[in-house]
Amino acid sequence: MTRRTLTFRKLQDRLAGACSQLAVLLAVAIMLWILASVCRRGLPAISATFLTEPSKPFGLPDNGIANALLGTLLITGGAALIAIPTALLGGIFLAEFHDWPRLTAAIRFAANVMMGMPSVIVGLFVYLVIVVPTGHFSGLAGSVALALIMLPVIMRTTEDMLLMVPNALREAALALGMTRARTTLHIVCKSARAGLLTGILLAISRVSGETAPLLFTALYADAWPTTYASAPTPNLPVLITEYATNSPFESMHQAGWGAALIAMTLILAVNIASRFLCRRKGQAA
Amino acid sequence: MPRTDLLFRSLCGLAATLIALLLCCLCGQLLLSSLGLWRHTGLAFLASCDWNPVTDQYGALPPIVGTLLTTAIAMAIALPLAFAAALFLTDAPPALATPLGHAIDLLAAIPSVIYGMWGLFVLAPLMQRHVQPLLRGLPGCNEEGNGFGLLTAGVILAIMILPYICAIMRDVFAMTPPMLREAAYGLGCTRWEASWDIILRYGIRGLLGGAFIGLGRALGETMAVMFVIGNVMSLPKSLFSGSATIASTLANNFAEASGLQRSALFALGLLLLILCLTIQIIAQYYLNASRNRRGEQ
Repeated sequence: MTRRTLTFRKLQDRLAGACSQLAVLLAVAIMLWILASVCRRGLPAISATFLTEPSKPFGLPDNGIANALLGTLLITGGAALIAIPTALLGGIFLAEFHDWPRLTAAIRFAANVMMGMPSVIVGLFVYLVIVVPTGHFSGLAGSVALALIMLPVIMRTTEDMLLMVPNALREAALALGMTRARTTLHIVCKSARAGLLTGILLAISRVSGETAPLLFTALYADAWPTTYASAPTPNLPVLITEYATNSPFESMHQAGWGAALIAMTLILAVNIASRFLCRRKGQAA
Repeated sequence: MPRTDLLFRSLCGLAATLIALLLCCLCGQLLLSSLGLWRHTGLAFLASCDWNPVTDQYGALPPIVGTLLTTAIAMAIALPLAFAAALFLTDAPPALATPLGHAIDLLAAIPSVIYGMWGLFVLAPLMQRHVQPLLRGLPGCNEEGNGFGLLTAGVILAIMILPYICAIMRDVFAMTPPMLREAAYGLGCTRWEASWDIILRYGIRGLLGGAFIGLGRALGETMAVMFVIGNVMSLPKSLFSGSATIASTLANNFAEASGLQRSALFALGLLLLILCLTIQIIAQYYLNASRNRRGEQ
């Protein structure tokens, strides 16, 4: 082994320490930079009409994003309705029933793989199985695509959270004569509910900014989202994409930044709220 | 067993099996939909550079090369940064490490379309004005850049995958038994030597798992890349060249595609799916291996 002098080793240590401090600073600075530039460019666009009027083709006065905002809420809400019950049940199966270890391992593996699945592929898949057979783009198809992305995320966090519940609780409930179903739903899930909620909120905040799957499913329309199940439905991410890339006009870019600011605020709010929930639970335990 | 229990159990089992079925359906459906292209072009699809909807010729080489290059650039930037940041965050006092860790995690919460917009309107002009003139003349940078292209896409991807890699690395570092670290300090190691020679070696499988998770994210990222890569279907001449990735090609061309072109896009999707599946399987293998090892302690 080569001999290294003490001075060299100390210097190397200092240098490495400085580099790792710099790395953290850089990452945090970039985060703040992105937030700041969205705020600086988005704030001037925001006004009462911007938030209450629907989007219109370029040139018409009183352009807004209200329809896209509503559409995003609808699509994400629909996705949550589809994904949450399924994912909770699936997570319960992984955590509570150990009769078929091979099957459980295979399902866990599939869920992990689905978690890393590019969202654009999920979009393609939903296009093939819903948009093509029904013959039209729709907000519902968008909901299904987002639900497919949420499903593995909630399932895995549910499993992790349920596994943290001490076994003594289960045994006590069963000893009192409760059925397995009742024990699981009323005792185990109830004592892990903060964790379950955190997982759900994180999944919602993750999918509500997804754009790629919506390009293949929900598309966009300059109208109120009244035809959620049967026609292209407006939504924020696709609106931002359209305004930023397909429009040469400065005012459209400005509206895009405004929409980006609204979307980012909502998503970060949900994300941070879920973290606080998780921390409060950690202190209580 | 009471009847409600049986019902509950089968319901749970059904919900869980659904995800495995979905994964199979996904692979099957994409294979089925791309059959038209495989019959028409065969495996030459993978090696051909022509992408011409007018003459119905499709080759996947440019987007494949674009995907691999942007991912390589992103990993080259993000890996050392994530490693250094994770080292600092595990060693720092909690009062400092917790908020900074959360701040880095927030990078993962920002939607990709906002990264794309930021890249398009903030980063690309910056690259054109300051970074590209600086790098000109270096090998692989001998072209007039317009701010878009491989390098810009790689930088954006690096920022996007950094929080994922960093979070897993922090977990791995935090799980290293303190005895190992203390023994290293006891032998007179500096902090850096303890980190590089002991903790890195000990947690290498977990770190690799984290790296592969980041790799999978970078391969499949669509919107942010689509905004800044330029969407040019030809082989790149330099790091400043406009290019395309598999995912950006899908999102960009799908709306106006029909017939054989659509089939070609599905074939691209299948390629991306296979790539990501492989990467995920490797990642899961390493993460499981590192978890088992920690379990043995």
